[in-house]
Amino acid sequence: MFRRIIELLIKEFLELKRDRSARFRLLVPPIIQMVLFGYAATFEVFNVSTAVLDQDQTQESRSLIAAFVNSSRFDMTTVAKTRADVQNAVERSDAQVGIVVPPGFAELLRKGQTSPLQILVDGTNSNTALIALGYVGEIAGSFGQSYALDLAQRTGRALGHPLVQVSMAERYWYNPNLNSRWFFVPGVIGTVTLITIVNLTAFAIVREREVGTLEQILVTPIQPVEFIIGKTLPFFLIGLVVVLIAAGVGTFWFNIPFKGDPLVLLLGTCLFLISALAIGLLISTLCTTQQQAFSSNFFVLNPMFILSGFSFPIASMPQVLQWLTYVDPLRYFLVIIRGTYLKGVGLDILWPQMLALGALGFGLLAIAVMRFRKSLD
Amino acid sequence: MNGSAGAAVEVDGLTKRFGTITAVDDLSFSVQPGEIFGLVGPDGAGKTTAMRMFASVMRPDAGSIVIDGIDVLAHPEKTKRHVSYMPQRFGLYEDLTVEENIRFYADLFEVPRKLWEARAQSMLVASDMTQFRQRLAGQLSGGMKQKLGLTCSLVHTPRVLLLDEPTTGVDPLSRREFWQILYSLRAEGVAMLISTAYLDEAERCDRLALLNRGTMMYCDTPAGLKSRMPGAMLEVASPEPRKVREVALALEGVQGVLLVGSGVHVNVDDGGRRSPQLAQALAGAGVQATHIEEVAPTIEDLFVALLEQNSEA
Repeated sequence: MFRRIIELLIKEFLELKRDRSARFRLLVPPIIQMVLFGYAATFEVFNVSTAVLDQDQTQESRSLIAAFVNSSRFDMTTVAKTRADVQNAVERSDAQVGIVVPPGFAELLRKGQTSPLQILVDGTNSNTALIALGYVGEIAGSFGQSYALDLAQRTGRALGHPLVQVSMAERYWYNPNLNSRWFFVPGVIGTVTLITIVNLTAFAIVREREVGTLEQILVTPIQPVEFIIGKTLPFFLIGLVVVLIAAGVGTFWFNIPFKGDPLVLLLGTCLFLISALAIGLLISTLCTTQQQAFSSNFFVLNPMFILSGFSFPIASMPQVLQWLTYVDPLRYFLVIIRGTYLKGVGLDILWPQMLALGALGFGLLAIAVMRFRKSLD
Repeated sequence: MNGSAGAAVEVDGLTKRFGTITAVDDLSFSVQPGEIFGLVGPDGAGKTTAMRMFASVMRPDAGSIVIDGIDVLAHPEKTKRHVSYMPQRFGLYEDLTVEENIRFYADLFEVPRKLWEARAQSMLVASDMTQFRQRLAGQLSGGMKQKLGLTCSLVHTPRVLLLDEPTTGVDPLSRREFWQILYSLRAEGVAMLISTAYLDEAERCDRLALLNRGTMMYCDTPAGLKSRMPGAMLEVASPEPRKVREVALALEGVQGVLLVGSGVHVNVDDGGRRSPQLAQALAGAGVQATHIEEVAPTIEDLFVALLEQNSEA
């Protein structure tokens, strides 16, 4: 029995060593994804293209506009002459935000009254729109306050109504600078591992089916279980290496702090890999060609990614989809990897995720093995 | 046709249906150790389906298969050690070398290293492949791939060898070497079941089963089958074979006409009487014919004649 499993292992690695496209699939996508997510994926909003229409043309209106530009959140791309210019700029996507300072803006301010400011936002990208609007409010608010204080000092006049303020003392735990890279990179390690291992496993088995070696192996005295072990064990080992490389890039290249116990992450990774192997095996039982496997992988992996909480908060999903996330192994692994990386928490906190991941993994594996045995008949 | 004691393979009432189509219908025969048994028939006759059932990669709907006294359907695992199955395209790992492929299959059968190495060596010599040991299987020619497949399927010295159209797409030289190996296996007492669409290859078998649409029509030695050929076979050598056929088909006493490589085979009821009549008719129609002579029918002639007889019935 051991001789057969070991021979399958040797064969798998020999094939991988000689198969260029498999090596490519193994190495290049994880590296690209790590780099892309490490550098490109960010929730922060800078340099929002902005169209400005100043109908007031006063010192006050100019200093308000300067406050927007100086924040580096907004980039004045269009100086509009009419309202229609602003509308055009937004429609042509030259500007995401339009700021219109109406006539009489300064006059109201000088009287100590509330002065309106019109903001037009392109809501196509709702995320950016919301964040940009937040910045607008912040900048306009602080402009108003400092103007009011200034006015009071200059005129010696009491303020229209006393300024009562609540000040926030913010303290962000685990990611003090709210660096979205810290949030994304550990998540990418999980996603990349899932994609790589599911793909490798499904393709390796489907190829044996396609080329005819699977049938050839089945007429030898090998047991289906031996075949499955011999076929999945190499990818389990490869999965560990992928996680190791990805975590190395995250820690040493992107300087994401690793606060937790590596052994806890290792345990989580092993349980996670069992799920990934089982999914790959399941897909292979449903497909007879690598072409089919390719489209099935896409069909399965994309929803898993979206439902994992990688970037879209699970709590905001409709209830039905939230239930679906419970059968997504990536959901649990992301909690484990972010927990060990950023929070440094151990098994005392992560045991429910470990338990769920283990149950899911072995459950999926049992189904996959049963289906695989059936697919041989 | 019925199984006798000591048969290597005994098939009885084997049936397989796919939906409404009966791919293999009530197939029964037996093969002795050291016998080459051929399954012959056109595409879709059920040869591959039958082979897959013998190899226990497909379950029949009815009937039984006994190999070496062991019921294959009840104990598929027990027979695997003694059976070897070689499909139309042997499943080789193209990214592994010739030697690595042999080693892989030897290990799956847990053959001791010394034993398989010696066996592989002698087989590679016999198939003239020793210089390709380190070549990747994917870079071998079609014929060499099949010879490697045969080597892989023989490393564990099976007692029964199942070959499903093993020489399809193989060059004539490799085919001859291939058959040399099969003959030496026959001398060792290996029972062989070989399916083929090549009728010249069928002549090399000890016994033949003619399959058509899943049913076994005849089962006999090649000579025995030929003796069932009705009438006689006239071979016409001509540069215009199609015209010869046209003329011949219009003649009385002609049962069938077949274009073959060497000319036209005309199946007639009485060779002595029809031969001059045919020559006369050809001359009358202005069709060139260098000579006409009575020949022994080939399996192909026989096959076509029998199929036609059968479809008329």
